[in-house]
Amino acid sequence: MNEKTPLIRLAKREDMKKSRIWLIRLAAFAAAILIGMIIFAIAGANPIKAYGTMIASSLGKKSGVRQVIKNAVPLLGVGLALAPCFRMRYWNIGGEGQITMGAMAASYFALFWYDKMPSALLLLIMAVAAMAFGALWAFIPAVFKARWGTNETLFTLMMNYIAIGIVAWLQGGPWEGKPGSQIIPMFDAKAVLPKVMGVHCGWILVLLLVGFMFVYMNYTKHGYEIAVLGESENTARYAGMNVRKVTVRTAMLSGAICGLVGYMVASGVNQTLYADVAGGVGFTAITVCWLSQLNPFAMIVISLLLAVLSKGASGLQTALSIPASISDIITGVILLCMLGCEFFINYKLIFRHKEAAGKEAA
Amino acid sequence: MAHAVELKNITKRFGHVVANDKVDLYVDNGVIMSLLGENGSGKTTLMNMLAGIYYPDEGQIFVNGKEVSIRSPKDAYENGIGMIHQHFKLIDVFTAAQNVALGIEDGKYDLKKVAAGVKEISDKYGFGIDPNKKIYEMSVSEKQTVEIIKVLYRGANILILDEPTAVLTPQETSKLFTILKAMREDGKAIILITHKLNEVMEVSDVVAVLRKGQHIRTVRTAETDPQQLTEMMVGRAVTLNIDRMDPVNPKPRLTVAGLTCTDSEGVSKLEDVGFIAYGGEILGIAGIAGSGQKELLEAIAGLRHISSGSIIYTPEGKNPQELVGKTPMEIKDAGVALAFVPEDRLGMGLVGGMGMTENMMLRTWNKGRGIFVNRKEPEKVAEQVYEFLEVVTPSIDYPVRKLSGGNVQKVLVGREIASSPSVLMSAYAVRGLDINTSYIIYNLMEGQKAKGVAVIFVGEDLDVLLQLADRILVLCDGKVSGIVDARTTTKEEVGLLMTQVGGAAGKGAK
Repeated sequence: MNEKTPLIRLAKREDMKKSRIWLIRLAAFAAAILIGMIIFAIAGANPIKAYGTMIASSLGKKSGVRQVIKNAVPLLGVGLALAPCFRMRYWNIGGEGQITMGAMAASYFALFWYDKMPSALLLLIMAVAAMAFGALWAFIPAVFKARWGTNETLFTLMMNYIAIGIVAWLQGGPWEGKPGSQIIPMFDAKAVLPKVMGVHCGWILVLLLVGFMFVYMNYTKHGYEIAVLGESENTARYAGMNVRKVTVRTAMLSGAICGLVGYMVASGVNQTLYADVAGGVGFTAITVCWLSQLNPFAMIVISLLLAVLSKGASGLQTALSIPASISDIITGVILLCMLGCEFFINYKLIFRHKEAAGKEAA
Repeated sequence: MAHAVELKNITKRFGHVVANDKVDLYVDNGVIMSLLGENGSGKTTLMNMLAGIYYPDEGQIFVNGKEVSIRSPKDAYENGIGMIHQHFKLIDVFTAAQNVALGIEDGKYDLKKVAAGVKEISDKYGFGIDPNKKIYEMSVSEKQTVEIIKVLYRGANILILDEPTAVLTPQETSKLFTILKAMREDGKAIILITHKLNEVMEVSDVVAVLRKGQHIRTVRTAETDPQQLTEMMVGRAVTLNIDRMDPVNPKPRLTVAGLTCTDSEGVSKLEDVGFIAYGGEILGIAGIAGSGQKELLEAIAGLRHISSGSIIYTPEGKNPQELVGKTPMEIKDAGVALAFVPEDRLGMGLVGGMGMTENMMLRTWNKGRGIFVNRKEPEKVAEQVYEFLEVVTPSIDYPVRKLSGGNVQKVLVGREIASSPSVLMSAYAVRGLDINTSYIIYNLMEGQKAKGVAVIFVGEDLDVLLQLADRILVLCDGKVSGIVDARTTTKEEVGLLMTQVGGAAGKGAK
């Protein structure tokens, strides 16, 4: 080899052992924590103390744990909703809009029908309405994609703003509570999801959804269709699958679950409706989905991790008066490291001097 | 005199796979060298290192006796090395001259100068290329010529052509060879990557044979013969013949009449195609790439919208039925199987990320009641194909994408045969396969014929079609230009039909 050999080259790796893959992921997480320490130090806080506070405020006491679960539920729910879409290579980034429309549909019954039926029936109707509207919001871009090949990424994204705009209009207009308040009134107690072990019962629902999604994606005909279509549309057609139908159906399922999450958040957490009901969950859930590589069980872990980080961040702000945005930076670093380490799982670097040394040894 | 280019001890690995193992090789000026080897023997990888696409793990490259380091295609050009890739890298809406001008960094963009240069090169070697013609108006062979001019314009002295004849008709091929010989007279060193023996014999001065990444030997073409080259390529003596038997009790199985198709943009893909495929017969389909072969098979399989025409299918001992209007699933269930191997091998008929079992499931996933898929049946079929065709895989659940090309194709063809079809359509079934595996597949087709199946075989290699098929249907521009008896026709006749609708009957009827 002469001196002009490139300093670093990339080479694709063959199959790596499972244990090593997990070791690399663990190392990436550790690296992220270390980088986080540096960031805390720059921000003028004691890194150890900062991490301690984050853990204490999120997992150290009961109220913290409840808050964590409350945050994790929508992340997990929407992560599950997106999984079949992503398996199909259908980039549904319209979770925000589907959540918002679901919340809106549920709120309609919560606000105007609460006195006409018993609580259980009301809650059921709210759930069904939320799923229907979430599905509708996903149906529109899906049908355009299936019929005319429009780009679902842009289309679902745009649908988000329309949904948020509609709720903002309701908030300031037809559904406004006190005139001029720009606020929709709180729901009647009958329209609020009951609590189980201190958290609204949505958590049971999403755990059931985990099992459902796992079976649906791996053992059913639908799941098989989705997997084949995701790999190749031509193969799907060849196998006699109805590509349009599968696309639209999967998108609607995704939208329905997003809508259901919207209902849980509006009824279980906020107990009212406002334009920011989705609050970025539709986007953060994309991260949940990818980090767990579309595995529903892994999504439980990832969504909890993200929820701990965000709760820990608010703890930092109150206890150490470190701005909560620092935690966003730490979250970003963790995600970067976790996603970045996949690169090292797939490729290895070859350095110039190492190679020369290797040759001498041989 | 120093060699035009010399490789010393070149090794390239991809993970655990050694693509090139300590290769020593040289070419002189004024020589055409064939680089011969089966698919996967490392021919293209080796040449890509000369072209600056890969960087060798070990070894040295000398150009005109001077050691060089080629880290990018630009380095390659600076050393006078130009490669013409299998897939053209041209911009359709640009003219020939504009394409040549692309990527040349000598200060200013002087199209007139480039056009004059292109004209000069074209005249010198007899290319006959108009510098101002747009690429999309050109034939495949003209596009290839533009690629050659592109590297010549940049002063390439060493030309590498990666399987240049794969896309050409026999007539275009002989024209290309005339050009290559003219360049040889001009003192250029030419390396021709190929696996076609007759081309090697026809055009090259020396042959370098690669096998499993190793350079086996370089011999003078005049001192060797195809049989010896094959043995060097495969590593042992092989008999290359197909036991073609006479059609067994042929009965019309598939009667196609007036079949016309257009694609979603309204471009006509098939026009008034008519033929009869008999049970117990192999009907070969020939034509230049993109003449409607794929569309024809897709139309029969129900995967394409048919504007007009009819496809009457007569299963053994049953009444004739019309296939037009049926769904792909119904057609499949009736006994018409399609094994199509696309250019990327996967992508139609197989799912790369899935194992053999799940790929077998593509045929049966919809069977049975309930919402769950049945894995037991496909698992059995996968076991059968695995054993019967000796598929090399760690397990039947190992992703087929990671299998070698031959094994991928065995999975695909094996699945279709396992469904015991009465019409078996196969397209490019041996695409990229080594010689031995190719013959396994040919013999599978032969075996289906013996069972009374109507086999429709779309092939790229005319020599094989002439040996394997009973009759050959030639497509040209979406129309049937002739149906000939494979036993009596010649390559030249088929070649002419490939470029002329009507062929001998109505010349110039295009």
